[in-house]
Amino acid sequence: MASPATRRIVGAAMTGATYGAAALAIVPLAAILVMLLTRGAGSLDWDFFTRSAVPVGEPGGGFAHAIVGTLLVVGVACAIGIPIGVGAGIFLAEFGGGRFGWVVRFVADTLNGTPSIVIGIFAWAWIVRPAGRFTALAGSVALACILAPLVARTTEEMVRLVPNSLREAALALGYPRWRTSLTVVARTARAGIVTGCLVAIARVAGETAPLLFTALGNQFFSTNLLQPIAALPLQIYVYALGPYEEWHRQAWAGALVLILLVLILGTIARVATRSRHERA
Amino acid sequence: MVTAAVPRLAVERLTAWYGDAAGIRDVNLAFEANRVSALIGPSGCGKSTLLRCLNRMHELVPDARVEGRVLLDGHDIYAPGVNPIAVRRTVGMVFQKPTPFPTMSIAENVAAGLKVGPPVSRSERDAVVERALRRAALWDEVKDRLHHSPLALSGGQQQRLCVARSIAPEPEVLLLDEPTASLDPLGAARIEELVHELKREFTVVIVTHNLQQAARVSDVTSFFYLGALIETGPTAQLFTAPVQPQTEAYITGRFG
Repeated sequence: MASPATRRIVGAAMTGATYGAAALAIVPLAAILVMLLTRGAGSLDWDFFTRSAVPVGEPGGGFAHAIVGTLLVVGVACAIGIPIGVGAGIFLAEFGGGRFGWVVRFVADTLNGTPSIVIGIFAWAWIVRPAGRFTALAGSVALACILAPLVARTTEEMVRLVPNSLREAALALGYPRWRTSLTVVARTARAGIVTGCLVAIARVAGETAPLLFTALGNQFFSTNLLQPIAALPLQIYVYALGPYEEWHRQAWAGALVLILLVLILGTIARVATRSRHERA
Repeated sequence: MVTAAVPRLAVERLTAWYGDAAGIRDVNLAFEANRVSALIGPSGCGKSTLLRCLNRMHELVPDARVEGRVLLDGHDIYAPGVNPIAVRRTVGMVFQKPTPFPTMSIAENVAAGLKVGPPVSRSERDAVVERALRRAALWDEVKDRLHHSPLALSGGQQQRLCVARSIAPEPEVLLLDEPTASLDPLGAARIEELVHELKREFTVVIVTHNLQQAARVSDVTSFFYLGALIETGPTAQLFTAPVQPQTEAYITGRFG
């Protein structure tokens, strides 16, 4: 048995080590934020949010087209991908024991491991080529293909965490199996499901590769889902590679906006889904 | 006056399987209306399995099946065409650990069973909630916070909430699966008092590990051992003059 003094020292050392590890984990995030703020914040002005790109040489101009484009493309991707993903996740957790469940899980895992550029090529071959043009919708479909399997697997994990005693309590009240899953189990797992969706949305909002040959990008403001559309990652990509100092500054600002967008989205969704009963 | 000529619930030659293993074997037992029947026995003796056969919860376990008959008011609940959901609405159940639905308020919890029944108006619903909470001896403690989370309640209050939720849809039979196992002595005492009240309106079957509890609350006690019904009889008689040597050994604390 160690002496009390030794225990105190070991305890303090271990506590210090965990603090150190936590600090190390924060370093990259803090570094990214600090860098984006120092390089990008200076270019953030009213014009940046309200104006679209202007021809080279002309002063001003902004990212409004790209911001709206990202919101639109990601929004439509969510409308397609989240219902499929959440539904599949609930199915996998509640009824996915059989062969079909195994197949669904395998497909989801394979999709999760597929490089996003491959999914972009898939969307190009199946939607862009037959339609004969690049469209925002094709970009949304490509992003939905990334979103749905991610959401499905996190939803499955969250639904599995719901104690079986709650399922039994609902079934013993005469709830049918499907209703138990939807009204009791899924509702109980809701906070976790929402978090999973947010992580997935944050992931696809920053995707560039699947949009390259689907949404393509657009220097002009557009909200037409059947036309090429700008998106923040695409605009950042083009501007960062461009030869102009002004473009570089705007690319930094665009990166900052992308991060802030994800943060704001997350905060809103968190607040909106906090149930009045979960505070207790 | 003749009471309970026909048992409300009768089990005939019931064998419940988990895959190839029988949880209970060839059990015959009757539960009379407005009586509290206790099922006692050491862990793994099959008393909870029997209880779960009475509202068709047993079959939810993968590979589980049932042979024999369970007659509710003379009708076999395992007959072809009988909907297990309808059975569960007639035979309510309360579990070992309190299981309030965490996303619902106290009132919503009590009314949860009504959602899968015939539609009720809002005022009817409120009346049912109040009545169920009163019968579960919880109304005075929660009437001012009906729309708050049930998770702020104590364990004993949560368990009474679960009783209220089970009786709100007006079942005929109430199954209690070790309802006080996770409660402190005070909470357990409140539940026991409640059981006395409940038998006026319901047929109550209670599984318990606590022999004193069985002696206090039940009218009839059945002793199970290794999946078989060893002995059943009026509680006073079973505890004072058991017929079977195994029963005597168990209630005097020599095993189990």
